[in-house]
Amino acid sequence: MLDQQYDVKSSVTILPPAISSLEIESMDDPDSTLQPQSSVSGKAKLRVQGFNFYYGPVQALFTVDMDIPEHQVTAFIGPSGCGKSTLLRCMNRLNDLIEGARHEGNILIDNMDIFDPMIDITDLRKRVGMVFQKSNPFPKSIHENVAYGPRLQGLKNRTVLDEIVERSLRGAGLWEEVKDRLHKSALGLSGGQQQRLCIARALAVKPDVLLMDEPCSALDPIATGIIEELLFSLKKELTVVIVTHNMQQAARVSDCTAFMYLGRLIEFGRTKQLFTNPSNKQTEDYITGRFG
Amino acid sequence: MIQRHFDEELAELKTKLVRMAGLAEDQIDKALTAMVNRDSALACRVIERDHKVNALDVEIDEACIELLALHQPAARDLRLVTTAMKLSTELERISDLAESICERAIELNEEPQLKPYIDIPRMGNLARMMVKESIDAFVKEDAKLARKVILDDDSVDDLMEQLFRELLSFMVENPHTISRAIRLSFIAKSLERVGDHATNIAELVVYLVEGKIIRHTTPPAISGR
Repeated sequence: MLDQQYDVKSSVTILPPAISSLEIESMDDPDSTLQPQSSVSGKAKLRVQGFNFYYGPVQALFTVDMDIPEHQVTAFIGPSGCGKSTLLRCMNRLNDLIEGARHEGNILIDNMDIFDPMIDITDLRKRVGMVFQKSNPFPKSIHENVAYGPRLQGLKNRTVLDEIVERSLRGAGLWEEVKDRLHKSALGLSGGQQQRLCIARALAVKPDVLLMDEPCSALDPIATGIIEELLFSLKKELTVVIVTHNMQQAARVSDCTAFMYLGRLIEFGRTKQLFTNPSNKQTEDYITGRFG
Repeated sequence: MIQRHFDEELAELKTKLVRMAGLAEDQIDKALTAMVNRDSALACRVIERDHKVNALDVEIDEACIELLALHQPAARDLRLVTTAMKLSTELERISDLAESICERAIELNEEPQLKPYIDIPRMGNLARMMVKESIDAFVKEDAKLARKVILDDDSVDDLMEQLFRELLSFMVENPHTISRAIRLSFIAKSLERVGDHATNIAELVVYLVEGKIIRHTTPPAISGR
């Protein structure tokens, strides 16, 4: 008798809401028209101010404002075409090479305008290193790959170069694996090792900022794990900005996360906050896989 | 909007929780009936049924662990899964308290009734209503209702105090009433704890809806100001 009664008791009769009420209603949530918070605590290394970017007639970024904190990992997330890579590439002016590309607004590194005509672009790219999705080692030896940058800067002293190579390879967590084959071709390394070699090559010129454009997307989980661990040690020395399609990766490695959508910065904040209680519904929809 | 298979699993989790809540609430209800009607047989059946709630607690825990491991939920999804884990623990405790009330009721039934049971059923109904409303708040994701439940806990506490004073007077007047009065105060204490668990559930609901942890905070946080 009791068994039957159990099933008809008061709160049992309230059915859980249908999936529809769990869903987020629409993209034109009133919150999304509000300006996102542009900074988090910590000293800003890079400041993006009222930044618009155009590929010819197409506007790719819309008034982005963001302060990227020093010695922290900032992740850019968002669906394909949201402008995260464009913004990343603007940070060391890689987009200068694209015909018809232009910008409005500023990006400052240590309060210095990176678009200042007086600035030496080689110097900027030395300060702001970049690692790409696909590893791109030069068809040279491991040693030559890492020593390339310092050599280009005119450094010739063999001992100093060797030191830089070791320091950079250690920094990239590759030293132990390659110390006995430094003069062998870099192309003989595994994908994950090649990617770490590219990180070492970027570290060789002692950058302040390391930009990473989906550095793990072509790597297996083990190699990905190694690079992710690397970020924790790298951020002690420099500021890291990483574009990733892997939300769990952003959640694991970053201190701050910026969610971008259709060329706009939708939400920027502490990763912990953004992944547990985002303030914007579009962010919530994206990180919970409801659209993207 | 992408239709997620994950949503079905979350809905299933919620259904399980609601089923468990219904059971726990009914345990309290039946425990009170068994006590008021001095029905030891009913009390025994409630005690036996506790294992059903325990089984659901384990089932819900396992489902949550699986959802965490396989889906790595974020934001509201994450809050729902973590809330579900805690919520099932609260419900399991409520059912334990029903069991404890029944054990005391069976003992009380071996002696003549000390006094007409008026305040204990009142207290029990209040506590049971708190459980029901906290679960309603969970189902409807209604933080306002959850906050009301939290404030309701004071009335249960007040009744408990009042009852305790009354039972004390019995004991002072006549030492032969002590064992029964103590058992009744255990029951009152259990009901007061049921109210506390309902409060915990309500606090979890506020976290689920607003992402704010309000337990161990000051009244303004509870009232949402």
